[in-house]
Amino acid sequence: MASATSADTFPNMSSLGEAHVDNERRLPAKPVNPVMETRDLNVFYGDFHAVHDVNLSYGRHEITAMIGPSGCGKSTVLRCLNRMNDLVPGARVDGEVLYHGQDIYEKRVDPIAVRTQIGMVFQKPNPFPKSIYDNIAYGPRVTGMKVDNMDDLVEEALNGAALWDEVKDKLKQSAYGLSGGQQQRLCIARTIATKPDVILMDEPCSALDPIATARVEDLMLTLRNEYTIIVVTHNMQQAARVSDRTAFFTARPDETTGNRTGLLVEYDLTSTIFSAPGDKRTEDYISGRFG
Amino acid sequence: MSIAATTARQVTLATGKSKDKTPVSLAFLIALWFSMFFGVLVLLALIVNTAIDGSTRFDSELLTNYASIVRPESSGFRAGILGSLWLMVFTALLAVPLGISAALYLEEFADPTTRWNRFVEVNLQNLAAVPAIVYGLLAVAIMALLGFQNAGIVLGGALALALLILPVIIITTREAVRAVPREIRQGSLALGATVWQTTWRQTLPSAIPGIATGTILGLSRAIGEAAPLVVVGLAGSVLFDPEGVMSRITALPMQIYSLTSNSREELQQAASAAIIVLLVMVLGLNALAIFIRNKFQRSW
Amino acid sequence: MSTSATAGPTGPSSGTGLSAAVDLSPKSRPGERVITVVLQLSAYASIAITFGIIAALIQPVTEFFSEVPFGDFFAFDGTYAVLPLVTATLMVTLIALLVAVPLGLGAALYLSEYASRRARKILKPTVELLAGVPSVVYGFFALTFVTPTLLQEILALDVGFTNALAAGLVLGVMIIPTIASLAEDAFSAVPQAMRQGSLAMGANRMQTSLRVVFPAALSGVAAAVVLGMSRAIGETMIVTLAAGALKQFSLDPRDGMQTMTGFMATTAGGENPVGSVAYNNLFAVGMLLFVITLVLNLVSISFVRRFRQVY
Ligand SMILES: Nc1ncnc2c1ncn2[C@@H]1O[C@H](COP(=O)(O)OP(=O)(O)OP(=O)(O)O)[C@@H](O)[C@H]1O
Ligand SMILES: [Mg+2]
Repeated sequence: MASATSADTFPNMSSLGEAHVDNERRLPAKPVNPVMETRDLNVFYGDFHAVHDVNLSYGRHEITAMIGPSGCGKSTVLRCLNRMNDLVPGARVDGEVLYHGQDIYEKRVDPIAVRTQIGMVFQKPNPFPKSIYDNIAYGPRVTGMKVDNMDDLVEEALNGAALWDEVKDKLKQSAYGLSGGQQQRLCIARTIATKPDVILMDEPCSALDPIATARVEDLMLTLRNEYTIIVVTHNMQQAARVSDRTAFFTARPDETTGNRTGLLVEYDLTSTIFSAPGDKRTEDYISGRFG
Repeated sequence: MSIAATTARQVTLATGKSKDKTPVSLAFLIALWFSMFFGVLVLLALIVNTAIDGSTRFDSELLTNYASIVRPESSGFRAGILGSLWLMVFTALLAVPLGISAALYLEEFADPTTRWNRFVEVNLQNLAAVPAIVYGLLAVAIMALLGFQNAGIVLGGALALALLILPVIIITTREAVRAVPREIRQGSLALGATVWQTTWRQTLPSAIPGIATGTILGLSRAIGEAAPLVVVGLAGSVLFDPEGVMSRITALPMQIYSLTSNSREELQQAASAAIIVLLVMVLGLNALAIFIRNKFQRSW
Repeated sequence: MSTSATAGPTGPSSGTGLSAAVDLSPKSRPGERVITVVLQLSAYASIAITFGIIAALIQPVTEFFSEVPFGDFFAFDGTYAVLPLVTATLMVTLIALLVAVPLGLGAALYLSEYASRRARKILKPTVELLAGVPSVVYGFFALTFVTPTLLQEILALDVGFTNALAAGLVLGVMIIPTIASLAEDAFSAVPQAMRQGSLAMGANRMQTSLRVVFPAALSGVAAAVVLGMSRAIGETMIVTLAAGALKQFSLDPRDGMQTMTGFMATTAGGENPVGSVAYNNLFAVGMLLFVITLVLNLVSISFVRRFRQVY
């Protein structure tokens, strides 16, 4: 079963090699020293088997995109990466999620500490009902970060999210006065203010218009230099534009129960996935033929 | 056949709105209007009637004098008004922190399984509907456990009223907390905040207007309530101001209650005037609660 | 084969040397722990009140029944007989429901089926105000206006100074909001599609309200009526003042009669020493009252659950 799955998942394993190095970024075919890694990850919501045996590795300073049809478990996998799934009643996680080689689901690991290292940006912009300044300062304050000058940190974070020029005159105003795109960049700024290592993004642009989306995408490419980014997206062009690697998931109905369990179909350099997918299902999905 | 159907439809369309204007439906609507406003009319009658009865006594002595049978024309409700205010403060001190803590625990920390939740839910809903007088009995028992022979003191009365409004405070606080969107909590937790930090810095501040509304409504119910106070043995009249939690007191509704057994004209008038004072306090708190709800409640 | 899926060229990922730098071990947060325990205790204490009530009643009640046989308590005659109190309670409650059920349901139908959203925003708190008026005020009103002016003068009824009728009528007004509020929830929970279906078939709003909305919300209506009944049974000051302190079995609403809560208020306000049989009698009646209202509340809650489940 296990070998069948892995063959299923990586059908073009045998052809791995120099040919797959990304032309532009010159990335190796597989992440070297990945920041995060999932091993045989299975997730259950109560009795429902949501995700089956996901093996993935996420490279340092890379953007990894996770794509696939709705309900295939992308968000579920993403939430496992910083233990946000702990907050879902009835959720159970099997397998390992390694962060710098350390299993974050191990007993002696503090989920709070995990989340300060691995930040998350959500689908719908969710600024706090506070001022712009306090939105940014919140993370450093609650995590007890040593901050010499909070004003500088706020400016730095807003600059990092390419928002400073737009809001520098209204830091004390409510974040709810910002546009949707600005709110989402504020949420990104809020996340980088705590100086995380990895940023998880769950469909960060799906609530935004094309112009705001373009700005967030530019931002992601800039942030890649300092952070490792893992992004779930429904937008294939977005995955193609920003990501270095792409993981394609799909959901397979269980023969007996009919429950749709998500699994990883294919994982490769984005250029490969979009130019020469190794699996028929990936090809169908990318070319718009839903399978 | 089909022609008839079409015609019928046209007729219906043509009469459109007037379908609601048949005599029967109009009578029905009037009946609903009557149901809607009957209670309000009764309340108006009550207020007008009481205000007229008490009109001779709208003077400052009503507020500043103690009760007096010897000089009924200047008998006042100083002890009752002060007693009610003291009771309100101590009821709030007992019930509000406890109620908010309990609600926060149940919403943000507790085991979310449906069975436990259902147990809690049923329990609280029932407690909110337990007769007020029963809370008087419970307060007497608790006071006895604490070693107080006489429960007719500030502490005993406040305890009974706090027990009475605690479920109301818990229920409204839970509703207010639940109305704060999940996304806010997730955003906070994803930044590495703990559950308590998230509760204290995000959920609670956003829920404050709702909590305040519920709490004020609860307190307005508490200061109007007499039954549990009768049971704990609050006096119908005392001739001194409250001095501390161990002080024997009366309360405004208790004083009104005790006056009903006295048929002296002047005392009846004084009672009517006192009722207006009580109504101003209670309805004033109600108005404040509604004001807070409309003004500060955020619709997400 | 299966492990190579995630392995990079330099072997397993765990060899990054960075792992030592990232400390994921649990921090101790003693303050947080204390707060959680305090909150937990508050919650458990609040929920334990139900059991606290039973515990508080049990000791005086057992003492009471050690001196007074069951048969003397559940009897129509005698010092400790509770049944006259029960029938008086039922009489007053019945009158109250006769007032409050039609008016409460009518108000609820108006609010959910006819009132505009803006009107509802004003009308709802207005109706709810009726429940906010202190019951001693209602009692005083029943005693000084309803009985002498309304019943005796205007309606020329031969009622006593205290009587079940006045108490029931005023009590009915007091519980209108209880019934209206819960029933309105139930009516509003009926899906809009059902109304539109009815209106599309040519029914007018009255027919839709009565034949579609009302039946669809029946379990909610039942919940509202039962809760109103529980409230009426437990209400104290109105009946103490207006129905009187004479314990007697009577089926004539024009008579004064003492209810369970009326008995409790009178006994508690009297001079019975703590621990005496008369004093413990108060707790026995209190226990019966608690059990009756508990049962009614549970019935009401289960009806509410039913209509919440359907829609
Ligand atoms: N909290 C939950 N409780 C129970 N089941 C859940 C929960 N969250 C997700 N699921 C189920 O798990 C499966 C995977 O959901 P998930 O949200 O991870 O999918 P997704 O790939 O992110 O979909 P989408 O593209 O629509 O966001 C779905 O069948 C979903 O119904
Ligand atoms: Mg998703």
